[in-house]
Amino acid sequence: MSMQLEQSPTTGDEVITNYTINFGPQHPAAHGVLRMVMELDGEIIERIDPHVGLLHRGTEKLIEHKTYLQALPYFDRLDYCSPLGMEHSYVLAIEKLLNLEVPLRAQYLRVLFAELTRICNHMLNMGSHVMDVGAMTPNLWLFEVREDCLNFFERASGARMHSAWFRPGGVHQDVPLKLLTDIADWLDTRLPRLFEDAMSLVVDNRIFKQRNVDIAIVSKEDALAWGFSGPMIRAAGIPWDLRKSQPYDVYDRMDFEIPVGTNSDCYDRFMVRVEEVRQSARIMKQCLAEMPEGPVASDDRKVVPPKRGEMKQSMESLIHHFKLYTEGFHVPEGEVYVATESPKGEFGVYLVSDGSNKPYRCKIRPTAFSHLQAMDFMSKGHMLPDATAILGAIDVVFGECDR
Amino acid sequence: MPVLHSAPKFASNDGVLETLSAALGAMLLSGVEQHGELVLTVARDRIEDALRLLRDDHEYQQLMEIAGVDYPSRPERFEVVYMLLSVTKNHRLLVKVTAAENTPVPTVTTLWPNAGWLEREVFDMYGVIFAGNPDLRRILTDYGFEGHPFRKDFPLTGYVELRYSEEDKRVVYEPVKLAQDLRQFDFMSPWEGADYVLPGDEKAAEAAPPPPVATPKTTDAKADTGAGDKANDKAAETVAAPAPDKATGGKDAGAPKDTDSRPAKEDDK
Repeated sequence: MSMQLEQSPTTGDEVITNYTINFGPQHPAAHGVLRMVMELDGEIIERIDPHVGLLHRGTEKLIEHKTYLQALPYFDRLDYCSPLGMEHSYVLAIEKLLNLEVPLRAQYLRVLFAELTRICNHMLNMGSHVMDVGAMTPNLWLFEVREDCLNFFERASGARMHSAWFRPGGVHQDVPLKLLTDIADWLDTRLPRLFEDAMSLVVDNRIFKQRNVDIAIVSKEDALAWGFSGPMIRAAGIPWDLRKSQPYDVYDRMDFEIPVGTNSDCYDRFMVRVEEVRQSARIMKQCLAEMPEGPVASDDRKVVPPKRGEMKQSMESLIHHFKLYTEGFHVPEGEVYVATESPKGEFGVYLVSDGSNKPYRCKIRPTAFSHLQAMDFMSKGHMLPDATAILGAIDVVFGECDR
Repeated sequence: MPVLHSAPKFASNDGVLETLSAALGAMLLSGVEQHGELVLTVARDRIEDALRLLRDDHEYQQLMEIAGVDYPSRPERFEVVYMLLSVTKNHRLLVKVTAAENTPVPTVTTLWPNAGWLEREVFDMYGVIFAGNPDLRRILTDYGFEGHPFRKDFPLTGYVELRYSEEDKRVVYEPVKLAQDLRQFDFMSPWEGADYVLPGDEKAAEAAPPPPVATPKTTDAKADTGAGDKANDKAAETVAAPAPDKATGGKDAGAPKDTDSRPAKEDDK
């Protein structure tokens, strides 16, 4: 670090140096365990070197030692703010290798709950983003919505966060009718009221705009080159959403809009998420209206275990159950890369199978990895407090980034 | 095979392989379509040229991911897989190179800035060297970590564990100690293609069939046993007690009388 003469005419003839500060690993605005070595010139950020990996748990290696079904719950624990979004990529990757058909009701249920996950994730991200730039109340209101979402997850799967509810071939269990009607009521009444109330405090707020507008502008070319995805690439004005362009499950039957930004700053990223919540609610309403009756998992007994009731009657079901929960199912040799639109962006799973009952290699493509890498070039020339706004708008969760 | 699954549907692969193999020419080593995905294997030295061609002339604008895979049985044990995405053609492509521990792969940070961290991760996890990457530090593992943990020969439990030591007032690193062995359950069915020896079955697997003989060996006569005279004499000795005498009903003369009060049998009188 070099000594340099201050060029500004207002500060006279003092000599100041660049200095380095350490942001994190324990910092409330770091959204987890992120350490950033920041080189500052006064309050201006010159360079950021993010150190990630403090939450590295070797998930990919652990998955290589588990059967395909045993590996599923690890995906809940990657991005613990949107667990079902992670599971979605993994089960679709297995189904692609097996070429397994999923019943229609299961596809609708998956889309319904993937969108509920999106709302749940955005509530946490938007709430913490506004809190990082100084507002307290919206966060508390948005957590109210998030609490509702978690209750719905609990009623569907038995777990509030780590659901492990999407399974290869469908979903684990059917949902009660009352849950679907409650979600429909919630979409009509509680969600719009709480959410729009909270947003009315934020979106036109002077302080919020001062902290976010024109912060970390990224051009379309940069967004493509840095591997951006999800709300980050849409805020840059590129209408790219895997739900539309590469539809999976029943997204091709859904009618929804893709919001894009015009200015590609932190404010646009926030506003893209705000609109995505409304669009998710729209998709969920369509799911509830169109969802057919029927089975919720494939009837291929070499992949999907039978239900308890069946096992009481049938010897063959008992054998299938035993085999699937000990040996597991075998997946044909090959490799696929399956990516879905998780709430944070493109979440991909590169699955290599050697024909046995365990994945040979399971590479997880986290969304935050590419986004966080761009932190350095996005923050250059901004003030130190802007770093928290930029980080909030990236929507980074370290369970997923570090794996 | 008809597509039954509901995984993401991108643009069709029809004709893409032919177009790309014509464009890549000698750079392409092999190209296959499997499970609906195009996988191209490219010469290691030419990967940068190949990816530049794909990015500039064939609209694969985004590098989404770089994955390492370890196949210890191959001469060049690592595969580095580049996932490309075209947002204009709505198509995905997997491009691979192979590498060994001592054969560097040319960096693609010149093409995509986000390759920097992705290459650092493959280096950290597998030890693949990327020639030309300006910042090839470890990324996910601990400061001062040794080894490359995702290699197949690196144990799942690792080599060191750490804890906070109250005496030293700092975190100390120690060799990993397991209270019980790491249990790897393997439920592969021995009837269906498990090509290893089950515990306890070692002899069954390695015993070779006996060589054919003209006269089968029997032990009908003493001489046939091959045990030698000494052993034969010993074997002839009577070890067991003699059979009970019929007259005494199997009882020794000095044996005490019965103590129970049941009526005496005919024979005892």
